[in-house]
Amino acid sequence: MEGIVGYGAYIPRNRIKVEEIAKVWGADAPSYKRGLMLEEKSVPSPDQDTITMSVEAAKNALRRCLINPKEIGAVYVGSESHPYAVKPSGTVLAEALGATPEVHTADFEFACKAGTEAMYVVLNLVKTGDIKYGLAVGADTSQGAPGDALEYSAAAGAAAFIFGHENVIANALESYSYMTDTPDFWRREYQYYPQHGGRFTGDPAYFKHVVGAAKGIMDKAGMKPSDFEYVTFHQPNGKFPFRVGKMLGFEKKQIETGWLVNKLGNTYSGSSPLGLTAILDVSKPGDKILIVSYGSGAGSDAFIFEVTKRIDKARDLAPKTRELLDNNRCYLEYGEYAKFRQKIKKAI
Amino acid sequence: MREVAVIGVGMTKWGELWEKSLRTIFVETALLALDDAGVDKIDSMYVGSMSSGLFVGQEHIASLLADYLGQVPVPSARIETACASGGLALRLGFMEVASGMSDVVLVSGIEKMTDVNGYEATYALGTAADQEYEGYHGITFPGLYALIARAHMEKYGTTREQLALVAVKNHLNGSKNPLAQFPFEITVDSVLNSVLIADPLRILDCSPITDGAAAAILCPVEMARKMKKQVVKIIGSGHATDAIALSSRKDLTWLEATYQAGKRAYAMADKKPEDIDILEVHDCFTIAEICVLEALGIVEKGKGGQAVEDEVTYLDGKIPVNTSGGLKAKGHPVGATGVAQVIEIVKQLQGEAGKRQVKNPRIGMAQNMGGSGGSTVVHIFERE
Repeated sequence: MEGIVGYGAYIPRNRIKVEEIAKVWGADAPSYKRGLMLEEKSVPSPDQDTITMSVEAAKNALRRCLINPKEIGAVYVGSESHPYAVKPSGTVLAEALGATPEVHTADFEFACKAGTEAMYVVLNLVKTGDIKYGLAVGADTSQGAPGDALEYSAAAGAAAFIFGHENVIANALESYSYMTDTPDFWRREYQYYPQHGGRFTGDPAYFKHVVGAAKGIMDKAGMKPSDFEYVTFHQPNGKFPFRVGKMLGFEKKQIETGWLVNKLGNTYSGSSPLGLTAILDVSKPGDKILIVSYGSGAGSDAFIFEVTKRIDKARDLAPKTRELLDNNRCYLEYGEYAKFRQKIKKAI
Repeated sequence: MREVAVIGVGMTKWGELWEKSLRTIFVETALLALDDAGVDKIDSMYVGSMSSGLFVGQEHIASLLADYLGQVPVPSARIETACASGGLALRLGFMEVASGMSDVVLVSGIEKMTDVNGYEATYALGTAADQEYEGYHGITFPGLYALIARAHMEKYGTTREQLALVAVKNHLNGSKNPLAQFPFEITVDSVLNSVLIADPLRILDCSPITDGAAAAILCPVEMARKMKKQVVKIIGSGHATDAIALSSRKDLTWLEATYQAGKRAYAMADKKPEDIDILEVHDCFTIAEICVLEALGIVEKGKGGQAVEDEVTYLDGKIPVNTSGGLKAKGHPVGATGVAQVIEIVKQLQGEAGKRQVKNPRIGMAQNMGGSGGSTVVHIFERE
């Protein structure tokens, strides 16, 4: 059966705390911490972007499956912060991995679900038999305007998945997509920061689509919440994944393994994919996992995976997601953060 | 002057109505009022709306809404006096029927406020303050009412807990109103620990941003007696103005326009404050309810905070105030608020207020206020 043969994560080591941001804007840090369940978020260094993080995560995925990169037939990067407006991120990634030149490359963009879009297409290409292996990456150096509510959550990180037929770590039992035209969050051409519809991003956007995709895929598979060991949802803040999980009938213990947002922030296209890597890090053969992404605009992709015995051989071959999150952290002050994120305009 | 009755009312569930447009909300609400009245034609209509231009980019709504209600070519006028727009729409409808110029008049109010974000909504609401003397300095309505609250606390010893109790009482009432935006109870602790907006006011002291409409049908009492078993009359109407800038007032804690409008309404109705059985007042912020009750003579000057602490204004108190949940729990689509207050009074007087019904009220009062008190409309109603 087709499924994940290798997975890898990458999280930059820099962090900034909610209090540090709130201090600058005179905002009420406790209400952000309590209301949105956010404590700190990751920040990319000045020389890091979606491409560099994609390379890091993809290398970790390769370490777990030990395949010849030349056998990768598709390299897809999903992000809303591709460094170039014109010129693919995927070409740099494919070159860095040694997968060129017989490889198909495309960049995906669908707000925070671009990563799972790449996974959806790669999985289904592998299913056709047209390619032996395919690589899908969700990565973002998310933008949040200074002082905006998004600034407390917009973070950086990447997750990579190699799909194939042999030596599969997690079989893909089902995939499903749910989408409507719902303008809850957007960034127009030439704008640096996105705009959002405030509370409109909740019920008619996130909750409607995540619930729609989760119910749709469970119906399709004939499964119910209690059939899953783990579930991970898109994590725009700490609260939403637990609330949507409760609405669907999942328990806290099924959600918290892949719930990284309180210490990581919202890594946009990397968000639910990173949750999946954290789950795979601790899962056992036979575990069933549900992942549901969410991208503004708006839609959700959902997958059901079943972990195989192969996980025991692959798990320790690359850094685990919780290790990347908890170790080697470097805390920034707001000034450094503003410089790193190019929020300060220099003369040259 | 002819006597005027309210023969039909209509209101739909208030809240964040993202799936409905301004015209849809209006038409649904107005049709309920026409059904309730048992009429399908009107002679004219008034629509209270504070800022449809800034909220949904649509002006000229009087004709638009008359058209979508299927009532063109009847005369239709939009009325604007900030948050008192709905109350004034009622007053003008009342005057038109009383004068004999029209028999059946639709009075309504509407605001669709959640199509813009919080900053834009705050700006739109802020245009009801004095732009040169207040807006220029960056103050918004929570700030203006915070100044009033602070002054009231200094002058009369009103406590932070008493302010919180206004919100607690109104949410308790609102929990019994299925059309309210926030039909649930809150506690003093939750008010005191909610996010600080403008010291001393916290978020649970503030009325929300709401989409909603309200409509009522007015006609001469003679006509109403032939159509309805129970007739609710408008027996008093008062309207008054004050400086809209707080800095131009002699006493921050005193709402002169409310006092003046109340005085005129009491005089027309030949009633005194002690004759009033139930009240709907403009609690855009908790302090506002306290100041309004004092200006209307319902409680002594400076005793508004004590009144809520003594539970005088609770549903089972001596004089129930904001049985609908008030602006705080029911919601505050600014232009609609003044008409929704009338609906609550009419329902209470007819004994149709469900779980929040007050025991056998006969005379009710509605007070609707614009800005920080720069305009006020007061009406008194009586069940025959």
